[in-house]
Amino acid sequence: MPDSAERPRRVTVDPDGPLLVEGPVEVVGDDGTVFTSRRFTVAICTCRRSRTYPWCDTSHRRRVKPGGGQARTTDSPERDPAS
Amino acid sequence: MTAPVVESRLYSPGLPAPRGELSRGVAAALLRDESVAALARRAASADPYGEDLQLALYVLYELHYQGFRGVPDEREWDPGLLALRQALEQRFLNALRADVPPGASAEQALAALLVEPVGHDEASVSHHLQRDGELWQLREYAALRSLYHLKEADPHAWVIPRLHGRAKAAMVAIEFDEFGAGRAEEIHARLFADLMADLGLETAYGHYADAAPAEALAPVNLMSLFGLHRALRGALVGHFASVEVTSSPGSRRLAAALRRTGAGPAAQRFYDEHVEADAVHEQVVRRDVVGGLLDAEPALDADVAFGVEATGFLEDRLAARLLAAWRQGRSALREPLHPQPPPQPSTPVAS
Repeated sequence: MPDSAERPRRVTVDPDGPLLVEGPVEVVGDDGTVFTSRRFTVAICTCRRSRTYPWCDTSHRRRVKPGGGQARTTDSPERDPAS
Repeated sequence: MTAPVVESRLYSPGLPAPRGELSRGVAAALLRDESVAALARRAASADPYGEDLQLALYVLYELHYQGFRGVPDEREWDPGLLALRQALEQRFLNALRADVPPGASAEQALAALLVEPVGHDEASVSHHLQRDGELWQLREYAALRSLYHLKEADPHAWVIPRLHGRAKAAMVAIEFDEFGAGRAEEIHARLFADLMADLGLETAYGHYADAAPAEALAPVNLMSLFGLHRALRGALVGHFASVEVTSSPGSRRLAAALRRTGAGPAAQRFYDEHVEADAVHEQVVRRDVVGGLLDAEPALDADVAFGVEATGFLEDRLAARLLAAWRQGRSALREPLHPQPPPQPSTPVAS
């Protein structure tokens, strides 16, 4: 990836989502444990609900009742991954 | 690593068995050079989501990926086949435009996917597999999804020359991840082949086309349709965003299902990787691929929304088919899978 000393590393802040940091990244936990991610961008959990902490796993998402509640969620039951 | 390296694309499959007049005509054209001129007219009255049209379209699209055994590669650009493909695509696309919920903006369509259900979602395949799924159902699911995952991210690569600036840079960064970030053994299609090996499935490319019902072919055809047409670049981006947004939580449930049913480590790894990768991809695709495209071409907003909604519409049809069969204890495939072979004694693999 095109990183160099002259190129500042970009961090993107989203109040409702993870911190996005250009990778690779090391995160040092309270107990000194070092977590490493080599992705081009790394999503760091800020809601503390992630089950893969310190990495985001989308656990920050708003919760709704399946098939009810929100206007446009009724015809969009959650789908299955295919990326 | 427990499984030897699996390269599914060393194989080109044989043509799938025809399911009606259209797919029979396509096979005859590919194998015996028969004319398809008369078939294009029939496309207009075919069931747009039916077995025959979807298989005919799948076969014609596969000429752009891996081709078929016994079919010369040059047939990819056969004008007669392309004319037939266009007639089938129009039938499919017109039906989708009529059937998906209209009127949402791209932002609204994506926002609807950015929520998670509280508790169990009866309409979701991954919820079902996580809580109640049996190993045979996970094997069927993987066999069907292999028609896409063994060429994972390939249909989306076609959009790259149609993008520029922020959208292009972000799209290429995500695709780089999908293609293993420079390492062949981490290409997502390879991880999926490893998953299939863990489940005792055949990893050769296209092997399960005959087993796949129309509901499983349609989402794969949708990606090829959007990917191959520059005019549908907005829909392709919407489709891709929809896939990335829904992937992470669903992958977590599928990884849990594979752990619970005792599938092997490679099977779990595929979905574990997607939990983390797609939490990133979701952010990048929404901000920079969708955001960048719509900043440059705001008139494509409705197309992006259509791509999101069409993906949801076809995935819901597939989910309904799978869950209806499985809840009755029946196979959801057109032909049953071979039983899973007993585990082999593990032998060290030199690499």
